[in-house]
Amino acid sequence: MIDVALHQRLGDLTLDVAFEAPAGLTAIFGPSGAGKTSILRAIAGLTSLQSGHVRLDGQELSHLPPQARKIGYVFQDARLFPHMTVEQNLAYGGSHDRDRIIEMLGLGNLLNRRPANLSGGEAQRVAIGRALMRAPQLLLLDEPLASLDAARKAEVMPYLERLRDTAKVPILYVSHDMAEVARLATTLVLVRDGRLVQAGPLETLLSTPALIPELGASVAGAVLPVQVTDFDPADHMTNVQAKAGRLMIPGQIGTVGETLRLRIPARDVILSDVAPTRLSALNSLAVTIQSLTDTHDGYVDVALDAAGDPLLARITRRSARQMDLKPVQGIFAIIKATAVNR
Amino acid sequence: MTLGLDAAAWTAVLLSLRVALVATLCALPLAIWVAHVLARREFWGKQVLNGLVHLPLVLPPVVTGYLLLVVFGGNGVIGGWLAQTFGITLAFRWTGAALAAAIMAFPLMVRAVRLGIEAVDPGLEEAAATLGASRMRIFATVTLPLIAPGVLAGAVLGFAKALGEFGATITFVAAIPGQTQTIPSAIYGLLQVPGQEGAVVALVIVSIVLAMGALIASEWLARRVRAR
Repeated sequence: MIDVALHQRLGDLTLDVAFEAPAGLTAIFGPSGAGKTSILRAIAGLTSLQSGHVRLDGQELSHLPPQARKIGYVFQDARLFPHMTVEQNLAYGGSHDRDRIIEMLGLGNLLNRRPANLSGGEAQRVAIGRALMRAPQLLLLDEPLASLDAARKAEVMPYLERLRDTAKVPILYVSHDMAEVARLATTLVLVRDGRLVQAGPLETLLSTPALIPELGASVAGAVLPVQVTDFDPADHMTNVQAKAGRLMIPGQIGTVGETLRLRIPARDVILSDVAPTRLSALNSLAVTIQSLTDTHDGYVDVALDAAGDPLLARITRRSARQMDLKPVQGIFAIIKATAVNR
Repeated sequence: MTLGLDAAAWTAVLLSLRVALVATLCALPLAIWVAHVLARREFWGKQVLNGLVHLPLVLPPVVTGYLLLVVFGGNGVIGGWLAQTFGITLAFRWTGAALAAAIMAFPLMVRAVRLGIEAVDPGLEEAAATLGASRMRIFATVTLPLIAPGVLAGAVLGFAKALGEFGATITFVAAIPGQTQTIPSAIYGLLQVPGQEGAVVALVIVSIVLAMGALIASEWLARRVRAR
């Protein structure tokens, strides 16, 4: 458990945030200049606080220099020591769990290379390994994918997922890319102009209509936990089970029994007051309307309850009026199969 | 093997080498420290320190020599204390020549090292700190290896300057053969006497060879450092 309260004046920005992050991966999300990196720097002790606290499992760290904090920091630009080999870089802070970390991050055949001869993705993996070998109590990742192209991102992403699932250290992950956040995070901390907007479980925040302006209409939407039941080779579709019912996703995704997190953008959810039949959209779930929020630009954001999981739909104001939608009303949410992505 | 140098000239050459080597080796660690402080720290009086370091570069060397005499001479503040406490005399000794050469070479060394330090990404030092390295370890394992070319450049520049130092040296320690007469003061002395052109030319050639040798050695070392 990380518990921070940071008060700091940094040039034009006044940082004033406080949040708690449980185990797992907590994403710090916000626009550029919101103070995301400043939060990490303060937690690591690279800048000093005017007031506040940094507590890790109840232990106060804010008076300690960075050397004494046991907090791993993976910088956006990797910051590998250019005069050392990968192996020497990895060993700089310690050699805790060395072999497993090298295996997990796929660093085995890079050990004798110099940082100058690594790709961006390889350098980031080495930087992550170097931070982990110090056996940190907390891992800070500052936009580790931001400087990589799409192919390199796709290469590093599975390592980050594996890190989240296998490493026992809590992770704070700074990003301004919601696709990344939705895929990786369990907890979300929204910041803007050096202030906290809201913090909480990712699924809850992404499906909160009031936060759509912060997140952006294109990224708002629920993240639905589902379990893979089977793969249909004839139609090349994967069947998954959500609490509210069965969904079908094109392509072969995951392995049977695996739990996936499906991101369902609010714009891709259609509402219907009759159970749909003979519709090209394959997925429909019986849901209950929780709230309706008018966006004042022609849309209504509808918060839905899908057997305990939150869903979010963005429909036009006219549709909402014509359908006469009201809270607690039962309705069907239609999700176009191709709209579902992990 | 006299290379056309007489015994007196040889003495001057060997003395010059000793003075320049001792001056460089003693001043270099201090120059690295001062360069690090100037490049990486913000503190009150930084500009004063910067000015003091650079003063020998802009002051007439004779003035520097005179100030050395005042401060480090037998009756000087520090010179008197050194003589009484440790029995060390600097004025008119080869050690005094080394001190004068070190002070004159110091700004050049600091500048070269500082350029090297400023070229090192401070982010690397931060990264080392988050990996648990103490300030000393960061300096020894990250900063110093990365500024090695700058340190080498500073050392060579300082050595060459120390080898050629004339004004401050002759003011502070005079030109006593075998004691404080370095190559430049030997050349100057020979030029005052008619018919010594041959000896002068020999010393001039030695000067050129030493300077070129130092430059070539530093290039070679810097290339080896970069190749690592």
